[in-house]
Amino acid sequence: MQLEYFLLLAAALFCIGIYGLITSRNAVRVLMSIELMLNAVNLNLAGFSNYLDPANIRGQVFTVFVITVAAAEAAVGLAIVLAIYRNRNTIDMEQFNLLKW
Amino acid sequence: MNLAEGVQIVSFGILGLMMIGTALGVVLLPKIVHSAFLLAGVFVSISGLYILLNADFVAAAQILVYVGAVSVLILFAIMLVNKQEEYAELPGRKIRKIATAVVCFGLFALLGTMVLATPWSLDTTSIAVEDTTVALGEHFFSDYLLPFELASVLLLMAMVGAIILARRDLIPESLVSKDTVSTKLTLPERPRELASLSSDRDK
Repeated sequence: MQLEYFLLLAAALFCIGIYGLITSRNAVRVLMSIELMLNAVNLNLAGFSNYLDPANIRGQVFTVFVITVAAAEAAVGLAIVLAIYRNRNTIDMEQFNLLKW
Repeated sequence: MNLAEGVQIVSFGILGLMMIGTALGVVLLPKIVHSAFLLAGVFVSISGLYILLNADFVAAAQILVYVGAVSVLILFAIMLVNKQEEYAELPGRKIRKIATAVVCFGLFALLGTMVLATPWSLDTTSIAVEDTTVALGEHFFSDYLLPFELASVLLLMAMVGAIILARRDLIPESLVSKDTVSTKLTLPERPRELASLSSDRDK
């Protein structure tokens, strides 16, 4: 087993997340893509922690922090989606132009 | 990790294929409910990869937080905004999708060459930590104490913010109708009928 395998897997997951983030029109799916990207970063951190710093696992500490921030982000993001849905009666990303010039 | 090398590689392959497949399903499937369940599959396979990386506490936290909380939260959000809407066709959307796919492939190629070309300074001499939970706890309460406390404050702020964002609108005092029974436990927010009336009027 090598570090490169995990890094390549995380890179693939990150790119899938970016694709979903840009192309999906459902606001909930956009949040799911953000979760995918955060998980790819977590996989990177855990890999570095295991292969480059096994004596004092600082990468895993950062992984736990990223998990915390991701949970907070998911809660607030879904609340925002809910509020926008109540006001605009749609969840189409193309019609969320409240802050667009 | 005291598994044989072959077992590790086979389980890595299975978990990796599962992760990429379910992630593609999350992004590409037309029904949002299916993608939500596949997202739980992505989280489970990533937790298996954490176990391969000797990160057992993080794997358990991943199962608890992501599979237990975030997936359920997303399912609840899907149920609350369950609208079967036909998206209006936009001009140039296909070109945008193709361009995004090209950019993502390019980014993956760039990251892949970077990963393969970098000479990683692998640490093979020092012995791995036996009990990662104890080691993580020591980190949290010694050199990462301030970020740990800030994370708890952040979680509190996110909880309050989510409640404030998701509740219904407040109404001014003058509009409160007298016939609504107000007890000590009544929240100062717009009743459901009034809210639906005003949203009908806005249309």
